[in-house]
Amino acid sequence: MSENYGMLHGLWALTNRELKKWYKEPVILLLSLVQPILWIAIFGKAMNFAKLFTGASLNIPGLNIPKQVIDEIGAIVLKQTFGTTDYFSFLAVGMLSFIVLFTSMSSGMTIVWDRRLGFLNKVLTTPVPRGSIIMSKVFASVVKSLVQSAIILLIGVLLGLTFNFPMLSVEAFAITYLALFLLSIGFSALFLMLALRSTRWETQMAIMNLLNMPLMFSSNSFYPISFMPWWLKPIAEVNPLTYANEVARWALIGVQPTVPVYMSLIYLAVFGVLFSALGIILSWRFLSS
Amino acid sequence: MSGEAIKATGLTKVYPGGVLAVDHVSFTVNEGEVFALLGPNGAGKSTTIGMLTTTLKPTDGTALVGGHDIIREPEKVRRVIGVVLQEYTADEDLTGYDNIMLMASLYGIPKQVAKDRALELLEMVGLSSAKDRKVETYSGGMRRRLELAMGLINRPRILFLDEPTLGLDVQTRAAIWDYIIKLKQEYGMTILVTTHYLEEADMYGDRVAIIDHGKILDIGSPDELKNKVGGDMITLETSGLVDGAQNALKSLNQVRSVELKDGKVIIKVSDGPSAIPSIVSALQGQGITILRLSMSRPTMDEVYISYTGRSLRDESGSSEEAFVMRRTIRRARA
Ligand SMILES: Nc1ncnc2c1ncn2[C@@H]1O[C@H](COP(=O)(O)OP(=O)(O)O)[C@@H](O)[C@H]1O
Ligand SMILES: [Mg+2]
Repeated sequence: MSENYGMLHGLWALTNRELKKWYKEPVILLLSLVQPILWIAIFGKAMNFAKLFTGASLNIPGLNIPKQVIDEIGAIVLKQTFGTTDYFSFLAVGMLSFIVLFTSMSSGMTIVWDRRLGFLNKVLTTPVPRGSIIMSKVFASVVKSLVQSAIILLIGVLLGLTFNFPMLSVEAFAITYLALFLLSIGFSALFLMLALRSTRWETQMAIMNLLNMPLMFSSNSFYPISFMPWWLKPIAEVNPLTYANEVARWALIGVQPTVPVYMSLIYLAVFGVLFSALGIILSWRFLSS
Repeated sequence: MSGEAIKATGLTKVYPGGVLAVDHVSFTVNEGEVFALLGPNGAGKSTTIGMLTTTLKPTDGTALVGGHDIIREPEKVRRVIGVVLQEYTADEDLTGYDNIMLMASLYGIPKQVAKDRALELLEMVGLSSAKDRKVETYSGGMRRRLELAMGLINRPRILFLDEPTLGLDVQTRAAIWDYIIKLKQEYGMTILVTTHYLEEADMYGDRVAIIDHGKILDIGSPDELKNKVGGDMITLETSGLVDGAQNALKSLNQVRSVELKDGKVIIKVSDGPSAIPSIVSALQGQGITILRLSMSRPTMDEVYISYTGRSLRDESGSSEEAFVMRRTIRRARA
């Protein structure tokens, strides 16, 4: 026979299909960028904490503190809470993991579509390993996530993000993207798993909308964990977004990490591997009924 | 091979929620034949196909497909079958050609081989000129033909076709069947096809299984099934003395029944053409002149009524189901 069936045959073909559908529809790509860009542009610029301490805004009557001193105090306060005096850059880098989360979430939708439109049923009659079906979606989602986050980074730079590399810039980008890569694998596998049996895209949409903001705000994407009420802190400390942000902020803008960078990377790697393995196992069990 | 392409034994499916869709079904499909599962909507045809093609797990029973057990060796089954499902399955965002090539890589067919086959198949189903168009621009008939081509890319030994002509107009249906018959002759495939069109089962099925409420009621060639229902019907008009004619006919051993209706004699025989000569001579022996004689075979519809107690033609199913299917697709895309 001329046919050959490897462990993961069909993986590339299926991944390629997802990507083809994606890059041939640039409108969808652009639309998905709107939200994070708005966050950066509006939130990042409006919440310019540095302004709190500058200009006329801080002028305590009776005390005649020199402006220079206030500025210095401001810088120290900012530095202590955000790890940088530049909130805009802090937030812009936080948006990289947001777009990864968002893109990975929507990969769960694609499996619902495929089921709904009959494509999945057809694929299930072919000798493609069930694991390839889910991993192709994970990989496609990773590629999409990384490309989208690169665009966000570029837009961030255009809007005033300033880098402050603690090492070679190439290394800094490599480490950042490694973290985002692992984050994307984990989230894609997670949301694909949730969608394995679903036939209603409405359900999947609801899950996305339900989890999207809570995941976001229970991480350090917008503000450091030290800002959070006590009950939120433990959630933020298991939220993988937190660790991707830790790594990216350290590598790109020099924010001192709260846990060692290698620990964050290990955490993200475990997250990615664990959920892909779980996804593959569940797809063997639950893709057919 | 034993000459049996498919052997189902006690195949049963209960869906979650308790719907008994397929109820201990057993049948054998011989190699190289076109086997038609004939039954109304909801009879359990698609569910049967789902189990045989390994996408649904049987609740009970099992089947051998191409000599492999569908439960214990689903991967081996998947390698020898081609499947054309009831719903459209092509990716609408890709071209017809890309869809076929995608299927080819899912079957692990080397690229160059796949290319040649894809072009050949597209030619055969008459889609060569549309192959680089996105599938969303295809008409229903074109989509069906593409599905057929996609199901054949791996040169399957056994082809499953679930309502391949559902919702299509008469010409397109005939054209699709032309392809199916051509395929069978060209590749010597075994074909299991489901349909709720009586005339399709009648014309193209080597053997037909009548399925209703998840049970197979009978299996046989269209001729066998018709003979069971009562064989051929001969209608006579004679000059006078019809009572005497009746007695003379009843004594013939080919004759199953004789009835008088509106002054006509209606005779049921198992094989019309061979019975006519003796009928004619028996009547002539009584001095009865035959004015008119006509013969008719029972239709598949009569066969169907005799098994299920209702006519398949009464069911408005076909167009309605197609409509529901399209609406589902449209809603899903909105
Ligand atoms: N996924 C499902 N869940 C529950 N019931 C189902 C499902 N699919 C089909 N059924 C039911 O099983 C029966 C057989 O359906 P099906 O095999 O599609 O019949 P057919 O293909 O002959 O029209 C019907 O009563 C149908 O409603
Ligand atoms: Mg059906």
